[in-house]
Amino acid sequence: MQKNKDLRKIAFLSGNEAFALGASESAVRVASAYPGTPSTEILETLSTYKDIYTEWAPNEKVALEVALGASIAGVRAMASMKHVGLNVAADPLFTASYTGVRGGLVVIVADDPQMHSSQNEQDSRNYAMASKIPMLEPSEPEECRAFIREAFRISEEFDTPVLVRTTTRVSHVKGIVYPERKKKRSVDAGLVKMPEKFVMLPAHARKRRIFIEERLRKLKEFAETFSSNRIEWGDNETGFITSGVSYLYVKEAFPGASVLKLALVYPLPERMIKEFARKVKRLYIVEELDPFIELHVKAMGVKCIGKEIIPSYYELNTAQLKEAVIGEKKEIFPSVNIPLRPPVMCPGCPHRGIFYNLSRLKVFVTGDIGCYTLGALKPLSAMDTCICMGAGIGNALGIEKALGEDALGKVVAVIGDSTFVHSGITPLIDIVYNRGFTTVIILDNRTTAMTGHQPNPATGRTAMGTETVELDIAALCRAIGVKNVVTINPHDIDNTYRVIREEIKRPEPSVIISRAPCALLPEVRKAKRPGYTVIEETCTGCRICLKLGCPAIDWVKIDRDEAKRRGREKQKGYARISAVLCNGCGECEMVCKFDAIVEEGQDGRD
Amino acid sequence: MAETKNILFCGVGGQGILLASEVTSEALIRAGFDVKKSEVHGMAQRGGAVEAHLRYGDRVYSPLIEPGSVDVEVAFELLESLRYLPYLNTSSRVIVNTQRILPPAVATGLESYPDNIVDELKKRGIEVLPVNAFDMAKRLGEVRAVNMILVGVLSGYLPVEEDVFIEVIKERVKKAFVDINIKAFREGRNLKF
Ligand SMILES: Cc1ncc(C[n+]2csc(CCOP(=O)(O)OP(=O)(O)O)c2C)c(N)n1
Repeated sequence: MQKNKDLRKIAFLSGNEAFALGASESAVRVASAYPGTPSTEILETLSTYKDIYTEWAPNEKVALEVALGASIAGVRAMASMKHVGLNVAADPLFTASYTGVRGGLVVIVADDPQMHSSQNEQDSRNYAMASKIPMLEPSEPEECRAFIREAFRISEEFDTPVLVRTTTRVSHVKGIVYPERKKKRSVDAGLVKMPEKFVMLPAHARKRRIFIEERLRKLKEFAETFSSNRIEWGDNETGFITSGVSYLYVKEAFPGASVLKLALVYPLPERMIKEFARKVKRLYIVEELDPFIELHVKAMGVKCIGKEIIPSYYELNTAQLKEAVIGEKKEIFPSVNIPLRPPVMCPGCPHRGIFYNLSRLKVFVTGDIGCYTLGALKPLSAMDTCICMGAGIGNALGIEKALGEDALGKVVAVIGDSTFVHSGITPLIDIVYNRGFTTVIILDNRTTAMTGHQPNPATGRTAMGTETVELDIAALCRAIGVKNVVTINPHDIDNTYRVIREEIKRPEPSVIISRAPCALLPEVRKAKRPGYTVIEETCTGCRICLKLGCPAIDWVKIDRDEAKRRGREKQKGYARISAVLCNGCGECEMVCKFDAIVEEGQDGRD
Repeated sequence: MAETKNILFCGVGGQGILLASEVTSEALIRAGFDVKKSEVHGMAQRGGAVEAHLRYGDRVYSPLIEPGSVDVEVAFELLESLRYLPYLNTSSRVIVNTQRILPPAVATGLESYPDNIVDELKKRGIEVLPVNAFDMAKRLGEVRAVNMILVGVLSGYLPVEEDVFIEVIKERVKKAFVDINIKAFREGRNLKF
């Protein structure tokens, strides 16, 4: 209770904020990223520091290439992304391992065990081994800060990119951090021609390949003495080898046990591990997702228990560990069945008008990732595939090529603006090049909404808040060779229906750009439009407005007497619009066939 | 050695839960504790369930509260107080804002909002402190002050001086709203149950 004495010397930061602080303390000059939960706040925080160039790249591959470029120019650079982003950036990553660095190069990758906001679970530690790049894994915010400093030191000392792995419960947890002074780094920024290092022709690459083996050998030696790989001795009955957030669960569950906490999860300190194993009676490996440490430890010939008792999927937690290791199970209240609060499209969301119409048209929708993926849920239920960013367009072409003419008029690809720029352009080229007839709807809501409203190339703004050239999506599609490019306002329900119906019938490619800003953008919130209201007596209770799935519209039940009084005996209830939630998009007014929905103030009341 | 204590904040997006947990964390830090706070919010920006785990003590390891070990639950919405039942135990204390925010399935008439939520908790031996924070905030002229009223109630059960909270509110809340938030905090703190 003594350490908080000087409040000026501590900060309460999330793991991601602490990563940014660590980067700033390490004198990073260039940072590039593509948003993705749970990594987004790293660059968002960095962009508030004045002396660092920060940018949102169109995708993770570009982000890493920009960071590598900055490193080649001699400055410290960083790229950050979520786990699936590293798949996209894997190509430059594997060869950056060969080139090594000039200025320190750190890549932060954020895994999402339990898939809180991801389409899959991946264990990025496998990338460290596959690319032969060292990887650090912090457990809590203070280590996030400190490990970034270590990462840059290692990067420059060993001439290697360094991976730093985080997970949702490290990135999004706040804890006390102890900021340090900024490093003064003698900058050797400038252009230096080093073709044998940076031109990966086979002849050069073969030499660097040997260098990588030598580097790994040195890193293994380093791992043995690296002070952040540490043993906390407790009793010698049970020992745990662990890292990242799992370390915290182990300490919580077994405060008296001996723990080998690994900071460097690749390469591993073999001597240290063997020494630890010798001194404890039972050895457990506790790690989320894959048996990464476990396989290495077993390969060393060390006996241990791991995935036999600890799940290799989802997140771990303290209670689960206690049960798995010592069979302790706490009696808890069983949960009760109560209505859920699933994520829904916001009132006034421009995606709604598109999905409402796709639902009416009963087409097969190859979807993509973003807020609009909510179009897959009831009552809209208008998305049939969602694989990874950019996949929907290629999927649609594949379906057409499989089914031929039969698919005409039945398949539509949808993709958000940020996702289109990320990886939708190349599959659109494929459609034109290989003479598909796909209709692609680009949902241009003027932002990257899903991850918290980052600007992107189509918004005309940068991560640092400056204005820039706005990507003209329509012109780009035409340049690719799409002849039919239409821009529509998705809130205009009837026109949207007509346009989609016409375009899907066309035996050639077409692009519909659905353009209307996200309802949560500050400029939309400020520009208060009048809301809508239901004229109770006119509402017949047909429920068509409820098919929009708008959270501002609810349903009021009426009994038979009440229905009789209204002169519609079969009526079960009527719709009601919440004045607080309604954002005035007007879609419900357009779908109501009985003119029961009107602009507020137009219902004859006040 | 101060044992690690667990506070669970829960409610619906847009209710100011994150600010409430932030102010509480900050106050506990100033009182000398180690603090960890973990926020969980679903994909939706608005209307989804939100929870924040706040743990404090001499040295806090896990960022997550174990099931069955909440000391105080602060529920910003009535139904939400019941959602986290497995986290509670017979000596948990539940501070609950009795305001109802209808989940989508209830709003569209497909499911109904459960009755007797407070009794459901009480009959399991849990101490419940119901607060009509929404009406209190309305009377104060600022419905967004619900969160500070609840922090006020919570503060009565924490080893932190009132002044520390006031100081944190002054620093954390936008200038124009400081007075109203302090008022809301005090009203909550002075509530008798
Ligand atoms: C490779 C990869 N990077 C990042 C993400 C995280 N992510 C999911 S959707 C999305 C962007 C969505 O933006 P947009 O396409 O504009 O749709 P909106 O959410 O605005 O509707 C991002 C960054 C991901 N799933 N995969």
